[in-house]
Amino acid sequence: MPRAQHDYDDIPGTFVFDAERSRQGYGINMFCMSLMKEENRKAFKANEAEYLKKFPLTDEQRDAILKRDYNRMLELGGNIYFTAKLGATDGHSFRHLAAVMTGSTQDAYAEMMLKGGRSVEGNRSKSGRDKPAKAGKSKSKTKSKPRSKRG
Amino acid sequence: MAKIIAGVSSSHVPAIGAAIDNKQTEEPYWKRVFSGFEKSKEWMAKTKPDVVIGIYNDHASAFSVEIVPTFALGCAAEFPPADEGWGPRPVPVVKGHPELASHIAQSVILDEFDLTIINKMEVDHGLTVPLNLMLGSPTEWPCPVIPLAVNVVLYPPPTGHRCFMLGKAIRKAVESYPEDLRVVVFGTGGMSHQISGPRAGLINSKFDKAFLDNLTKDPKKLTRIPHIEYMREAGAEGIEMVMWLIMRGALDDKVDEVYRFYTVPASNTAVGHIILENRPRAAGKSRRPAARKAKRAGRPKTRRAAPAKAKRAASRAKTVVRRG
Repeated sequence: MPRAQHDYDDIPGTFVFDAERSRQGYGINMFCMSLMKEENRKAFKANEAEYLKKFPLTDEQRDAILKRDYNRMLELGGNIYFTAKLGATDGHSFRHLAAVMTGSTQDAYAEMMLKGGRSVEGNRSKSGRDKPAKAGKSKSKTKSKPRSKRG
Repeated sequence: MAKIIAGVSSSHVPAIGAAIDNKQTEEPYWKRVFSGFEKSKEWMAKTKPDVVIGIYNDHASAFSVEIVPTFALGCAAEFPPADEGWGPRPVPVVKGHPELASHIAQSVILDEFDLTIINKMEVDHGLTVPLNLMLGSPTEWPCPVIPLAVNVVLYPPPTGHRCFMLGKAIRKAVESYPEDLRVVVFGTGGMSHQISGPRAGLINSKFDKAFLDNLTKDPKKLTRIPHIEYMREAGAEGIEMVMWLIMRGALDDKVDEVYRFYTVPASNTAVGHIILENRPRAAGKSRRPAARKAKRAGRPKTRRAAPAKAKRAASRAKTVVRRG
């Protein structure tokens, strides 16, 4: 069954961890959770493919884990707070994961954050609804005040 | 009678905890962040709450995907720091307030908020980082803390409106507790950030600043922000900001903003912080209830909408005085 469409699927570069992904990704997330224990981390590192047999995973999910394809894990139901535990098991900082997910280098990512982060401009929508949403602003004239503070 | 005297909001970035634990707070990058909380620590030392209600979210520490409670209230006597993969943080065990917590649980459930009662729970950086920011690194936390864990990890989290209304129910519960306790509510998480996927690193300072402005002046407007807007504008994980609305709901409609701090970045996140105080009620300023009473007595009910509008317009015109 194809994935149901939601308003948030229009947000670029984002895999919202919703009920459907949670259902599909239960095995990924429970695998990641198991890495909270030292003995499990050791067992996983000793034989990754063998260790993964303990969890209900599809071939695609198993492949994404073995290849450390973090975006694919998210797409297939992994959640970042869980998949970050896999990164930590590999001895990586979160910055490493961020660089992998954003197709950047750690230095370039850190530099972007120091400069104020990734701008929301141009990153709001896949479908071109790329304008600030209404809800943050007021209906009355008084609400247009925050806008004038832009500079 | 117990009462809520103030609310505090703060980000709970894990890297801030790591910077404290690894003694990096004097490094320029981190000093920029920590210096923003110096006044807050002074405020806490002066305010000396008897109890803190700490609203936060667990990050796959106490709750995996096996059980995902929307609102989980900590009623235990103590909450040890969780091992988040690097050993538990070297922070004191959080001591709860089981009497007040169970009173709150009973009251808000009868107010139709179906809380999960938690009698055993470890707490992660989501709770302990804001405690550090507001209280430093003492050997014991100076007051009991009642944790309220909110699901903001599995979509959908509770709506901003639901959170705001829960805050109101918590306030009602606190005010019906017989012991004289001065309670401060912490709403934690946010501000704009996304840590997942190709759009990771997103920051939206304009959204954050408008959110801070409205948190003080017009929180009801914030309760109308739909989830899609948080995620689109403030990043997938920016949706944590709904937790701030529980804090805000627990305060009076009109509050004094006594302090604010905002900086970008701490790790992947915009750090936002605000302290809001309820205005003293019995003092000379208490013209509001009297005026309201007079209006109620003198006018037919149907006309109440107009004065309310005028009152709002008048309050908008007032300048907000910020200390600190």
